[in-house]
Amino acid sequence: MYTQALNTSEGDDRHIEDAARAAQFQARIDADERIEPNDWMPAAYRKTLTRQISQHAHSEIVGMLPEGNWITRAPSLRRKAALLAKVQDECGHGLYLYAAAETLGSSREELVDLMLAGKAKYSSIFNYPTLTWADIGTIGWLVDGAAIMNQIPLCRCSYGPYARAMIRVCKEESFHQRQGFEIMLTLCRGTDEQKAMAQDALNRWWWPVLMMFGPPDQASQHSDTSTKWKIKRFSNDELRQKFVDATVPQAQFLGLTVPDPGMKQNEAGNWEYSAIDWVEFKQVLAGNGPCNRDRLAARRKAHEDGAWVREAAMAYAEKRRQRSALQAAE
Amino acid sequence: MAAANITVSETPLVLYTLRRADDALILGHRLSEWCGHAPMLEEDMALANMGLDLLGQARELYSYAAKVEGGRNDEDKFAYLRDVRQYRNLLLLEQPNGDFARTTVRQFFYAAFADLYWRAMMRSSDPTLSAIAAKSEKESAYHVRHSSEWLIRLGDGTEESHRRAQAAIDELWAFTGEMFSVDDSERGLIDAGIAIDPAPLRPQWLNTISSVVSEATLALPDNDWMQQGGRSGRHSEHLGHLLSELQSIQRSFPGATW
Repeated sequence: MYTQALNTSEGDDRHIEDAARAAQFQARIDADERIEPNDWMPAAYRKTLTRQISQHAHSEIVGMLPEGNWITRAPSLRRKAALLAKVQDECGHGLYLYAAAETLGSSREELVDLMLAGKAKYSSIFNYPTLTWADIGTIGWLVDGAAIMNQIPLCRCSYGPYARAMIRVCKEESFHQRQGFEIMLTLCRGTDEQKAMAQDALNRWWWPVLMMFGPPDQASQHSDTSTKWKIKRFSNDELRQKFVDATVPQAQFLGLTVPDPGMKQNEAGNWEYSAIDWVEFKQVLAGNGPCNRDRLAARRKAHEDGAWVREAAMAYAEKRRQRSALQAAE
Repeated sequence: MAAANITVSETPLVLYTLRRADDALILGHRLSEWCGHAPMLEEDMALANMGLDLLGQARELYSYAAKVEGGRNDEDKFAYLRDVRQYRNLLLLEQPNGDFARTTVRQFFYAAFADLYWRAMMRSSDPTLSAIAAKSEKESAYHVRHSSEWLIRLGDGTEESHRRAQAAIDELWAFTGEMFSVDDSERGLIDAGIAIDPAPLRPQWLNTISSVVSEATLALPDNDWMQQGGRSGRHSEHLGHLLSELQSIQRSFPGATW
């Protein structure tokens, strides 16, 4: 019902790979041209983008859960409204991204089914629990902050539909990030208990947020081709460093301590951070993080409990179609 | 100490405004519980959207109640520091979400009323209430459209959706009478032209409801017993649980700013 007709026509020769086409494609990428849905592209480019965009979409949707966990408990009506609006934005981002992924020839249903079956990933960060209100501020400040670092370069990604989705997403994301920082600022200027709540949240989220940028450059399996095809413009480690350099002064401004006693600023001005626990990262990606099972279970439950509603909508649409066909025949 | 319940001087105008504010807050809260759990992403967005509209209405009404009362309280004190017996919302709106049919019917019954009500309230001689009414009416018109389209889809969809929609109507019907009832405190405001009398809106509401329900191939119950109590703080057992969740942080950290 949502699949676009693009890229699936009969007698389509756009999937035939040859050296001349590949070279022409690379020349367009090198000239910073945007690739559009009906253009020829290497099968591996299509596959990589489908994977990346759909996982990005899944992340937006699963990402509604840790924050949604606090909507009913937000401590003021203003915060409650802002959080509800934010989670609604994320759902919208998921919809843009599924639409962008569909231009590559897969349907949203297929992509969602892969996620529900545990065969497609979503961002590792959403497998961590939101235990206090300060986590909502921290997610806005750090998680959305890291997402922006990742997504700003994607606004210039070679695939047009993805780049355009990112431009819209980034505008809303930066608003969320400021909102999250403002929650932290309020907590840090509040009572001792509130300040301690903010510090505890930073302690728990700091390392998982650094992991959002993916494995270190020497271990990243998708980087070479993604860079050549201008899907990726900076390496994982470059973006992670940018994020740390931008965030440390913000933590200092809040009067919070980054939970990395070995951290120091080098002569170039970059903050050198300690080793990341890549074992934990691998475990979370493998399904063994603190909330992996709960997140998937919640999405599966929504999907299964909603099946009768979707069936009703389809059945009604079909009845209407038949009725109007009958009317037209009369 | 600051986590104790506030005291409210329930003059007729304060009480009137709080009742409408509580309606919007409690229904908005219920809709926000769907976030991330709806049958499809489009409905996640729609339910959050309607929840946000209602939360916005609640905030305006609470702020006005605070102003009328003399500035001792504010929107957050009204929302977070009154207990079940001080809440004044309609019983209909505190009913649990249940399945999607239950949520849809609850939304439809209320939105079809609120749309008529706020439209009539635009004539209020109180300029703040009439301005709030003008804004709320635009939103409730959208809510009626959304919920009536879904009720038709569910009623005239599959056997299962029909059964669930009918069960939801049967279950919630007894809570609809409260929307049209008026007590002495409101009677004075009605006579003064500040509030409008909801009772004469019932035929038109029933007309809308009946035509949608019949297009949905569903039926309204014969039973005409109507539950009352929300307006005077005699609620169902559901509200206490809702409030304990809503108010948990404010109650745990008295006097903090968030």
